[in-house]
Amino acid sequence: MRKIIRPCGLHCIKINHLGVTLGKQEILKDINLHIHCGSLNAVVGRNGAGKSTLIRAILGDLPHTGTIEFKDRENGHIQKLKMGYVPQSMNVEKQTPVSVYDMIAAYQSNVPVFLTRGKKIRGRILEHLQIFEAEYLLDQQVCNLSGGELQRVLLSMALMDDPNLLLLDEPVSGIDQNGMELFYHTIYNLKEHYDLAVILISHDLAYVRKYADKVILIDQTVQKQGGAREVFASPEFQQVFPYGKEEA
Amino acid sequence: MEWFSWLQYDFMKYAVLAILVITPLFGFMGTMIVNRKMAFFSDALGHSALTGIAVGVVLGVNNTSISMVIFAVIFALLLNQISSRVSASTDTVISVFSSCSIALGLAILSRGGNFSKYSGILVGDILSITPEELWYLAGILAVVAVFWLFGFNKLLAVSLNRTLAKSRHISAGWMENLFAVLTALIVMVSIKWIGILIINALLILPAASSANISENMREYHFFAVLFSMFSGILGILVSYYVNVATGPTIVILASIIYFMTYWWGRRNNL
Repeated sequence: MRKIIRPCGLHCIKINHLGVTLGKQEILKDINLHIHCGSLNAVVGRNGAGKSTLIRAILGDLPHTGTIEFKDRENGHIQKLKMGYVPQSMNVEKQTPVSVYDMIAAYQSNVPVFLTRGKKIRGRILEHLQIFEAEYLLDQQVCNLSGGELQRVLLSMALMDDPNLLLLDEPVSGIDQNGMELFYHTIYNLKEHYDLAVILISHDLAYVRKYADKVILIDQTVQKQGGAREVFASPEFQQVFPYGKEEA
Repeated sequence: MEWFSWLQYDFMKYAVLAILVITPLFGFMGTMIVNRKMAFFSDALGHSALTGIAVGVVLGVNNTSISMVIFAVIFALLLNQISSRVSASTDTVISVFSSCSIALGLAILSRGGNFSKYSGILVGDILSITPEELWYLAGILAVVAVFWLFGFNKLLAVSLNRTLAKSRHISAGWMENLFAVLTALIVMVSIKWIGILIINALLILPAASSANISENMREYHFFAVLFSMFSGILGILVSYYVNVATGPTIVILASIIYFMTYWWGRRNNL
């Protein structure tokens, strides 16, 4: 791992009274979260509880009520929050001629990818792929990557903006048990060594118990939040995941 | 048979020039249409040309090309809006609108048994192009080139993952609408010469052939433009000597290239 910055623990992200209403349906209401830098926060909940909606609202992809504050505790100064996002998947079918370089450069650069390859942006991409030992993937087609390889590429891309907050939608398919262990380990390392907070939508309670600093149980609003042990033992959690305890 | 005997005809010179402008344009646009799985969308746009003309006739517009272009732009924006709102699958929505609009067009234009007057637009006639119209085409080519230089990365970003693009402050809706409008303009401006029935083939085939053998965006665009221009130029010359319609000849050549690249791609595991 490169560029090791110890998390300072001095700034935090506050989400106040966040709500999302689409059409006539209230999907999220009164979400209040306090996210510390250097912490791994796992969002869990049943299907359709609004986990992905929460992430999209924080990203600004969906209109929401409430506020998102980024606070530097040293002087209480509010700066612009930089966010990185790792989606679950990309829209690439078999035989789509989009290479890893093309994909990352499309988001990160103005050098038209259909015409030429920018030397500077290529260097920057390689530098970030190296963090996850993925530089050999630069010229491969995105549609031919394995689930784990795609995740590493997407993580590299998300880190290119030096985010304060990393939002991840955990992959549900295409990654085997080893890959998942590696994925969680990587995220854990990231938050240990970089100055950032992580919010992760998770479907796998065993990994949540092992790696998360804080668990947030969501069903339209925050049902319960706190340490993994505390949340897993709560009646709210038992109601959503009746078999969760044994699974974990 | 002399190789350059066609050069003595002005209409052939103009037609070849037109092909030299239209084919790279179609090569470029086709790559994105194929990538975004919009083949059916551009097909529906082509069909809406008839409705556009019909609207012009009903309103008593002198130049039906204008009503055709305006109608197509509105139609494209509407399709974009509706397919993002309605929960039915996109191809169903497009099919409904496309059938409805073509039926309207046919009904209006066939009133009083006059349809034969408009049937030329079904197959198109590249040989009828005038120097003035060539300048319009060149103008559109310039607009697309500029859009591609400055907007292509963003368009690709939006098509790969909308939420990710928006999180990076790329206005997804704007890019999608701009692209739809541009596609509508190009289809409408060239439909008189290419014809409703084959215009989509010309948009899709070169890009689809290129996708068979390309691994990145540079190869993809290079081969799409190359295949498009090659089948265009060869098509017009073959049609001149064999004396068949130009459009279908070009499409037949482009299809042959598609099958060849498909076979090549399979063999080399691309």
